[in-house]
Amino acid sequence: MRLARDLHPVAWWCWAVGLAVGASCTTNPFLLGLLLVVATITVFACRGDQPWARSFRLYLWLGLIVLVVRVLFRLLVGGNDAGHVLVALPEIPLPDWAAGVSLLGPFSREELVAAVYEGLRLSTLLIAVGAANALANPKRLMRSLPPALYEIGTAMVVAITVIPQLADSARRVRAAQQLRGGDRGRVRGLRRLLVPILEDAFERSLSLAAGMDARGYGRSGTATVGQRRTTGALMILGLLGVGVGVYAFLDSTAPRVLAWPMLAVGVVAALAGFVTAGRRVERTRYRPERWQPIEFVVAGSGLAVGAALWAVLHWDPLVAHPGVLGVPALSLGALLGVLVGVVPVFVAPPPLTAQNRAAIAPEPTSEPSRVAV
Amino acid sequence: MFELRDVTFRYDDRLVLDHVDLAIDHGELVLLAGPTGVGKSTLLGVVAGLVPAFTGGTLTGDVVIDGASVLEVPARERAHLVGYVGQNPPAWFVTDTVEEELAFGMEQLGLAAPTMRRRVEETLDLLGIADLRHRDLRTLSGGQQQRVAIGSVLTTHPRLLVLDEPTSALDPTAAEDVLATVTRLVHDLGVSVLVAEHRLERVVPFADRLCLLGEGGRVRVGDPAGLLVDAPIAPPIVELGRLAGWSPLPLTVRDARRRTAELRSRLGTPPDPLPVETGPTGPVRRGPAAEVRNLVVAHGPVPALRDVDLDLVPGTVTGLMGRNGAGKSTLLWSLQGRHAATRGTVRVGGDDPHRLRPEARRRHTGLVPQSPADLLYLETVAEECAAADRTASAAVGTCAGLLERLAPGIDPAGHPRDLSEGQRLALAVSIVLTAGPPVLLLDEPTRGLDYPGKHALAGILRDLAAEGRAVLVATHDVEFVAQVADDVVVLAEGEVVSSGPVREVVAESPAFAPQVTKVLGPGWLRVDEVAAALATSAEVSP
Repeated sequence: MRLARDLHPVAWWCWAVGLAVGASCTTNPFLLGLLLVVATITVFACRGDQPWARSFRLYLWLGLIVLVVRVLFRLLVGGNDAGHVLVALPEIPLPDWAAGVSLLGPFSREELVAAVYEGLRLSTLLIAVGAANALANPKRLMRSLPPALYEIGTAMVVAITVIPQLADSARRVRAAQQLRGGDRGRVRGLRRLLVPILEDAFERSLSLAAGMDARGYGRSGTATVGQRRTTGALMILGLLGVGVGVYAFLDSTAPRVLAWPMLAVGVVAALAGFVTAGRRVERTRYRPERWQPIEFVVAGSGLAVGAALWAVLHWDPLVAHPGVLGVPALSLGALLGVLVGVVPVFVAPPPLTAQNRAAIAPEPTSEPSRVAV
Repeated sequence: MFELRDVTFRYDDRLVLDHVDLAIDHGELVLLAGPTGVGKSTLLGVVAGLVPAFTGGTLTGDVVIDGASVLEVPARERAHLVGYVGQNPPAWFVTDTVEEELAFGMEQLGLAAPTMRRRVEETLDLLGIADLRHRDLRTLSGGQQQRVAIGSVLTTHPRLLVLDEPTSALDPTAAEDVLATVTRLVHDLGVSVLVAEHRLERVVPFADRLCLLGEGGRVRVGDPAGLLVDAPIAPPIVELGRLAGWSPLPLTVRDARRRTAELRSRLGTPPDPLPVETGPTGPVRRGPAAEVRNLVVAHGPVPALRDVDLDLVPGTVTGLMGRNGAGKSTLLWSLQGRHAATRGTVRVGGDDPHRLRPEARRRHTGLVPQSPADLLYLETVAEECAAADRTASAAVGTCAGLLERLAPGIDPAGHPRDLSEGQRLALAVSIVLTAGPPVLLLDEPTRGLDYPGKHALAGILRDLAAEGRAVLVATHDVEFVAQVADDVVVLAEGEVVSSGPVREVVAESPAFAPQVTKVLGPGWLRVDEVAAALATSAEVSP
């Protein structure tokens, strides 16, 4: 029996990134459709009952919107291709400086198909990210950051929490302002909402900061001054190195000696800084996320999908990018490659929900009596 | 073990704490009391290390824990010694769920994971919140949130627990739960507790010592019964004790009850059950100003109100009581017109307020929301008043006049945020009254008010009722209801469980009985009634 637990969030993100990479490698509608099915089945089978788990529906809608917008856009500015014309729209002449762009014009079946393929690729990418969001709480992901980044992670978690609070306070203030009426102008009306909301937000954040401070957030560890200076120096060196290296790498006129070597030095220094900073951090985690063999399988299955479709793109480009004239071709290898992504449904432990939590923890009242017997 | 030595704290323009000396022993519960705005939270902040770091100002003197000065030690480095729970715990929560919140402080201290697990379990049991462990913090009730907040600092095993008004937002039952938890900590774990509280009647019985912070920042520390003899703030039971000349003063209802035999004989029969409504201030009864029949209001599948009936009669003050989340606010907003009735009818002045335009709603009812600051958005009090006059098309100066009557002496050039709680409330009430509504609704107006402030507010509401308005006050404060209300409606789970004249309702339910009723039995509500009865009996007997 598989015990209910939450899978490591990084595993789900690896899986989703694999799917996204796979999606970006192909425009074959069958493969993309299969990817969508794989992602959807996995989300519905493996998600928990927390609020963020319901966000997947949102991403599905977003995907649909992207697809439709893509087709409409093609309808608007596409249109002088030869082919089977579906709708013969009049072409709106544009001035000379916009040569090469045409508004409306005849819309052919081939264009529609191409637009759908591309739109489908984009929405699949989005939905893969949405799947990761629904399966692994982004807050939990941030809590898995290395110790050196703990404080930034906590700050970001708090920042996310603030958004629903702002919405609450906006609702309250709107209702309260109705009680006194008055200026309804665009600027003044906005001001009377914003002033109380912002005041509320500032007060809240100050009291949150005080509360976190009182509870020990940001305690300096036992590091000596020397250790702190070393860490700081390594971090700055790392930042400089990465900055200069990336610049030299992108700017082909810069001397080559600055590119790779600087980048390498920067990365090494930054990593060393992380390690020394992490060593002096004295924080621990309640219920740390554990990386178990199943996590490897889940992450691997997603990455395998990415690798498989990348291979298809390389060795079998006709399957990866089918033409718009006929029915897209498929290969058994590509299909199997995508299907690997559904492995988590069979191996991932059941998610923690209110229901199976209740099943794990028996009623506390029944416990002592059993001991007595 | 914990000492404030000669602590003085001042902002540039005023002195807040003046040479304060306070020592808290191991396992002691010290109650910090004083009038509103006198600096109680500041004193607590000094203990926790948050003042002056988060407030500015200058601090002199010394703060000593176990013989070592911690004056220079920031709050975060004191976290393992001092556990601080501020006002309004929801604003303090860092995480989402109960368990994570309990663990947050321990994570900062770097405790090992097994230790954390053990302590979380112990704390969940200690506070009786084990069934809430995975719940979202925002979905908890006020009392549960307060207990989680206390638990979240307890897990680090602090030596001293500092609580700032832990029960001010809670209904009587939840407040008793929280206080019982605190006493249990003192008795079982030997934690020292420093607690600031406005409603002394709730905490005094549990306190070992009382620290009275007066105007000018001076403190007096000592035995509660001794200090309260002449303290400017006193719970009803102490006022009763002073009146009856009991010494030492009784601090618990039980103590007082055992001494009432002699007082009862002097008092005679309780006052006329309907003195207020037929009294000189009450106008002749007219039809109700607002009428609610079989009202059902539902947000989503669960109804917030079920089959509620309510009449608001001009010239009376009605108290609306019930647990947190019992539907009090929903009822107020339904009368105002924001919430539509799912079933049943709401009539204010003969109209359904939900169908009215906002301007018309404001002429029918005036509602003062839970946080009056939400109404205010201008830079000065005078601007706020002028804007209110303009909106209501009232004569210039109407709002300022109302404000001068409700809270005399407010600087018109002052910023509304700088007002005290009571003054800000008065400003909000003046603004909504400028439109001249015959019905006034107030949501939890007594938060943060001390006894004199509550007396003043009660007087204001009685005056407004005497002018022929119908007033509905939602509150947790039973003593305030006893002072101000003619009728009481008690809601539970959205249903009216009892309603009627204060005396009858209060006599029926121990949870909502004020202290005087608890001591002297049904029929007596307020100390001033007892005083009046004693005066008459003194005239008759000699």
